[in-house]
Amino acid sequence: MMNTGNDRSKEWPLWEIFIRARNGLDHKHCGSLHAPDAKAALQSARDVFTRRQEGVSIWAVRAENICASDPDSKAEMFDPAEDKIYRHPTFYKLPKEVDNM
Amino acid sequence: MYTQSMDLPQKKEQSASAPGAPENPEYQREFDARLAQGEFIEAKDWMPEAYRKTLIRQISQHAHSEIVGMLPEGNWITRAPTLKRKAILLAKVQDEGGHGLYLYSAAETLGISRDEMFEALHTGKAKYSSIFNYPTLTWADIGVIGWLVDGAAIMNQIPLCRCSYGPYARAMVRICKEESFHQRQGFDLLMTMMQGTNEQRVMVQDAVNRWWWPSLMMFGPHDSESTHSERGKQWGIKRISNDDLRQKFVDATAPQADILGVTLPDPNLKWNEKQERYEFGNIDWDEFWNVVNGNGHCNRERLAARVSAWQDGEWVREAALAHANKRAAKHPDGRVGEQAAPSMETAPMQTAPTAGST
Ligand SMILES: [Fe+2]
Ligand SMILES: [Fe+2]
Repeated sequence: MMNTGNDRSKEWPLWEIFIRARNGLDHKHCGSLHAPDAKAALQSARDVFTRRQEGVSIWAVRAENICASDPDSKAEMFDPAEDKIYRHPTFYKLPKEVDNM
Repeated sequence: MYTQSMDLPQKKEQSASAPGAPENPEYQREFDARLAQGEFIEAKDWMPEAYRKTLIRQISQHAHSEIVGMLPEGNWITRAPTLKRKAILLAKVQDEGGHGLYLYSAAETLGISRDEMFEALHTGKAKYSSIFNYPTLTWADIGVIGWLVDGAAIMNQIPLCRCSYGPYARAMVRICKEESFHQRQGFDLLMTMMQGTNEQRVMVQDAVNRWWWPSLMMFGPHDSESTHSERGKQWGIKRISNDDLRQKFVDATAPQADILGVTLPDPNLKWNEKQERYEFGNIDWDEFWNVVNGNGHCNRERLAARVSAWQDGEWVREAALAHANKRAAKHPDGRVGEQAAPSMETAPMQTAPTAGST
């Protein structure tokens, strides 16, 4: 099914869309779409992802400009934090009287 | 959104892995363990080639169904009886277009391009739900589609919100949130007609008679005929069987028909007190396969409409891209807005500020 020899240069580039649901919240990734340029990407994102007032602000980022960590190096990336339990407040046993600190 | 469980025998994809696929026992063990724990698989994670192919087939088929599904209802937008109904129908059909887009994007994360999927649809290589090869003859059909067809789709889709492939599951969550409006507007439309003239009531009953059996077929062949069920269950992409979903649908729908005041066209439909479920008659599988294989009322018309939309839009797609490329050459820093970029805070329609700057 893949690589059927289609000319991919004729396809509109892919954009990742991030939406802020309301002020006070982060922009959150909500999906992707194809658009010829940034302006069209924002316009499409409005139609595709905010038909019910799901957002007050949209970011569109060319998918090729996102650099992602490699799932294969998940262990070396994230496991070192695993044994540092002293970084969590629950590590410390305090007397009841002050335990809500 | 309309998915149809069509575990069609696909001879070429039966083998567990494509020749030369990078199978790896250690990765396979990790993959199996994650599925067993109910964890999600994400786009860049290792996955068996057969899992990837099955998902591409299922998700793209699902996307095609959404897009083709716009046609039978779109047929009535210009003839809606009131402005209110017209606005509702427009919104509903627009939702279906959106569902198609969510799903195409989810499929693309598996390494197939949008154009390749379109090509598969346009050449008849990819399937879409057979329900859309039936014609919409009267306005009552629009109500019945919302009630029964979207209703059946919802049954099918809710379990997919928990499917093992993250991008598909997330698309399904978004879709399911929007589907409830589709079914409710359909029922509301039918209730309004049932409170109207005798002629309108006859129209509703006629539409129910025509759509009931095709709606039951949306759940796909009997479990005993389904070739991929077991693997789909293992992979967490088919959590409830076709027959179980169909039963749930009948159990939910039959009482609704009573409230509406219509008769479902099945003399064998009756409540089984002991088993606490409805019994229902036999489905005409010859009709099902006939439609799946291209010989329904509207197969040719539907496909022709999609192909001409694609071909007629080609110059627009090309022009938009040429325009974007020309602009990008003029503004090599990546800005695409009309004016020279002022401060980011005050520049709507500019590229987004970086996360650090806000
Ligand atoms: Fe839909
Ligand atoms: Fe729908």
